[in-house]
Amino acid sequence: MPTVRLSFTPAPAHVRTARLVGVAVARRAGVAAELFDEIRLAIGEACSRAVALHQDNAIPDLVEVALGDDDRFTVRVIDRAPIDAALGQALSDPAELADPVTLLEEPAGQAASPDRAAEEAVTVGMRLALLAGLVDDLTVRPVDHGPGTEVRMSWPMPSGRNGTGGRG
Amino acid sequence: MELSLSARAAEDYLVLDVAGEIDVYTAPQLRERLIALVEGGARHVIVNLDRVEFLDSTGLGVLVGALKRLRGVGGELYLVCDQERLLKIFRITGLDRVFSMYGSVEAATATGQAGSGAGSTPGDDPDAGADPAGSAG
Repeated sequence: MPTVRLSFTPAPAHVRTARLVGVAVARRAGVAAELFDEIRLAIGEACSRAVALHQDNAIPDLVEVALGDDDRFTVRVIDRAPIDAALGQALSDPAELADPVTLLEEPAGQAASPDRAAEEAVTVGMRLALLAGLVDDLTVRPVDHGPGTEVRMSWPMPSGRNGTGGRG
Repeated sequence: MELSLSARAAEDYLVLDVAGEIDVYTAPQLRERLIALVEGGARHVIVNLDRVEFLDSTGLGVLVGALKRLRGVGGELYLVCDQERLLKIFRITGLDRVFSMYGSVEAATATGQAGSGAGSTPGDDPDAGADPAGSAG
């Protein structure tokens, strides 16, 4: 069972709240302090992804975050976007992501005035690279009922907590 | 802490000092300021991330957009960053190979690229060294 549940309207302003709550729960659970930065960033990226999916598809439903501290510190971020939209932002292996240097290889006319769509495409690519690069234990799957996907991430708990050791 | 932006001239460069958190909520402020600086004539822009406490993919997207915008008009974007937690983000995404990154504003200006004739400089526009968009809160 989750230790803490959080739901928020899909607005960028609330992503920071989710980050703050996530790190507070991790601290309370005894997660090693050196993991806080990557937990903060990963929760932010997963929630930003969910907010973008809801906004792009005009979905007013709440974004859900569930934080648990059983064997591992676990974060689940759940959106309600159609699966097709989520697949458009599929998580990839970092090695399969585009070489960032190619981001700059565009015709001069476009480079002079990059539009928002191009910038957002870069953001999505960077988001996936960060999630895949930061989180060892990361899964994305459809939710059990209705539309939506769940981003599940976990980090080790201190050795001896709940009778289990951590995994790096 | 939210985002604080402050622009100043340093030799032939325009330095944008950024403090606080650059995320999906605040990044639009950074985007608008960078666009205003370029439209105001700045061509060699140093974004000083020394006092940035958090940077996410949205911020990275804005910085890449600014780099492309500046290179499109013959300019360049330089990043100042000496915090390991931010440097790690640039390494993970591979953007450390895209940006010109320095440990201090002095190190960035010491390259002298703005005065090398590569592209125009803020000196081309008498207002460019000022702060055309004012400071964001």
